Amino acid sequence: MPAATDKRPSPEELLRRVQAEERLAGRGRLKVFLGYASRCGKSFRMLDEGRRRKERGEDVVVGALQSPCAPDLSSLLRKLEVVPTIKARHDGREYELLDTAAIFRRHPQVCLVDELAYDNPPGSRNPKRWQDVDNILRQGISVITAINLQHIEEHQDAVERITGKRVSQTVPEHFLRSAQEIVLVDAALDDMMKRAGAREPVDVRRLSELRELALLLAADVIDGQLNNYLQANGLEQRWGTHERILVCITPRSNGEAMLLSGRRNADRFHGDLLVCYVRQSGLDAKDQQTLQANLDLARELDAEVSTLEGPDAIAAIVKFAQEQRVTQIFVGHSAPNPWQELFRRSPVDRIIQAAENIDVRIFPHPSAP
Amino acid sequence: MIGSADTPPGRLKVFLGYAAGVGKTYQMLDEAQELRRKGIDVVIGYFEPHGRQDTIAQTESLELVPRKILEYRGSKFEEMDVDAIIARHPAVCLVDEFAHTNVPGSPRLKRWEDVQVLLHAGIDVFTTMNVQHLESLNDEVWRIIGVRVRETIPDWVVDAADEVVLVDLTPQALQNRLGRGVVYSTDKAKKAMENFFTETNLTALREMALRHAAHEVEGRLSDLKTPVPAPTTLVPPPGTPARKERILLCLTGRPSTAMLIRRGKRVADYLEADCLAVHVERRPANGARAQALEKHMTFARNLHIDARVLVGRDVAKTIVDFARSQNVSQIFLGRPGNLRWWKIGDSVVERVVRLARDREITIVAERRR
Repeated sequence: MPAATDKRPSPEELLRRVQAEERLAGRGRLKVFLGYASRCGKSFRMLDEGRRRKERGEDVVVGALQSPCAPDLSSLLRKLEVVPTIKARHDGREYELLDTAAIFRRHPQVCLVDELAYDNPPGSRNPKRWQDVDNILRQGISVITAINLQHIEEHQDAVERITGKRVSQTVPEHFLRSAQEIVLVDAALDDMMKRAGAREPVDVRRLSELRELALLLAADVIDGQLNNYLQANGLEQRWGTHERILVCITPRSNGEAMLLSGRRNADRFHGDLLVCYVRQSGLDAKDQQTLQANLDLARELDAEVSTLEGPDAIAAIVKFAQEQRVTQIFVGHSAPNPWQELFRRSPVDRIIQAAENIDVRIFPHPSAP
Repeated sequence: MIGSADTPPGRLKVFLGYAAGVGKTYQMLDEAQELRRKGIDVVIGYFEPHGRQDTIAQTESLELVPRKILEYRGSKFEEMDVDAIIARHPAVCLVDEFAHTNVPGSPRLKRWEDVQVLLHAGIDVFTTMNVQHLESLNDEVWRIIGVRVRETIPDWVVDAADEVVLVDLTPQALQNRLGRGVVYSTDKAKKAMENFFTETNLTALREMALRHAAHEVEGRLSDLKTPVPAPTTLVPPPGTPARKERILLCLTGRPSTAMLIRRGKRVADYLEADCLAVHVERRPANGARAQALEKHMTFARNLHIDARVLVGRDVAKTIVDFARSQNVSQIFLGRPGNLRWWKIGDSVVERVVRLARDREITIVAERRR
């Protein structure tokens, strides 16, 4: 693949990989169907995949299903073997636990587990169902499971902003990211409304926001997988599929406007915001203060801030941008200096010349009319 | 009367995937079957079987409107028969391969234009496409996977769809399907797998599809929101919605202008900005130069960009004056070619950068592999 260049891994890196592979050896594969709301079709996709695998000769069982079972699932379920869950009562609430001991004894190739985010009753060996799933994977049994975005631990704040609610039953994102495969289960909004029927009002806006979050989460997980794959194969990816914006701060540029715009642009593109400045000696107190204020703002805006060194500031910025797979560089207009411009290119012109493959956005100088 | 201006337009639903074989057509047919069972009048306007047995099985008992046979250079070609579909006037029409280019001599150049006619006649349309067929992603796709996709769809066509549903499948599952000969006959599959269906290519395309699906959801969300208020200060405090941006693309006759148009329009779409384009010439163009320019102007207009030609002795000054008169907030220029040291400050780009110190200017890089 010409977009990637060869990069030889170091011996330590190779050792780390071998150890990681050894840990993984003998572990079952995890596949997750990620949805954005109930009734978007995750459980159906999960069971349908189980059915198809069984038809192709794999040994598949169902370890847990959501109850009551939706009518469109029951015909699929009839084609599959079920390891019954253990029913339990605690504080007047009914629970259904994965019967891990029975699953280990039965030892299928693949176990289907619905509702990955499920809290086991107090006193269970594992408080969370995903920990049971982890144990099943350790036994060399592959698991296919389903979860909604709302139940990913790290997204609780975002979900609460949208729905006004937090859920107690959550799964940490690292477990999701440990999956070999993740599939996004999308559904059109009008279909969601039809499925909801007259039973409950559907908040189109809320559903859309959750849907967007789920799509972006899946994209991020996949981006991570792509980078892992490239690294594992000694390939270095030069160009990502998403926007990475680098704002270059100097004491004299209109840092605040550039940073705010950088944040807004990164958000609009669902990309990343990076900020850099090249260390300079001999700054006066006022410049030092402005620089510090801009760097504080950058951190406040949740940017990745880097300090660069080098005799040639332009070369340092461009090199950093290439390494970081930046797609847009934001720079400030240089202060007008007609005398200098007669003899040499301005820093802005030099960045434009040097930054191949990267867009350069130039911001007005504070002194501009 | 059919197709009159009083008929409310049909609804468009797009099944978006990232490669052949991810299951777009299957899912479209699956939903059509569900509609048929509910007694809704569904027909197939165009279907590409590709010899895939489980997909072909899904067409059972769906009515197929016969294709039209056209002759071109002594060979027979089959295209969707738009007139016959309108005469039949079903509630919903299925149209596979949205990005298809019709054979010369067809009433319209592109299948998506045929679909516009069906929608205008009040027929709902379900259609399928891959993310790499989006015009705005053409350069990114080429840069990442090395394939220049020829059959493209302007983004506004997809943005105007009522629903865009992502059809997701993991690259591993897709490669298994290819290996089993489900997608193509096995010889062809082997070649496809080696050339295009590599894990990195598929993962990158899949990530693009997820991000684009999120973008489509967000676009529909912001339609629900109230318009953005006008600003009162130059730098609004964080969190306030920014003033609507206006982006001006400066076209030239150079081939890289197509890249500039795609990139500029994509940025404008993500920022929800207005998009204008201008070409300035010293004297009216003729011959090959006029032709190249006309091609770019048509391309820009097809993407719904307001494009015009201005005549001015001083190109840079004419651009900047026009930008000021049109309240443009950001000017997009192509990266200058090889600059010569004895012509410092002489290129149009350098001069625009100097003249428009009060505007944001983006220099668009030429995407290279």
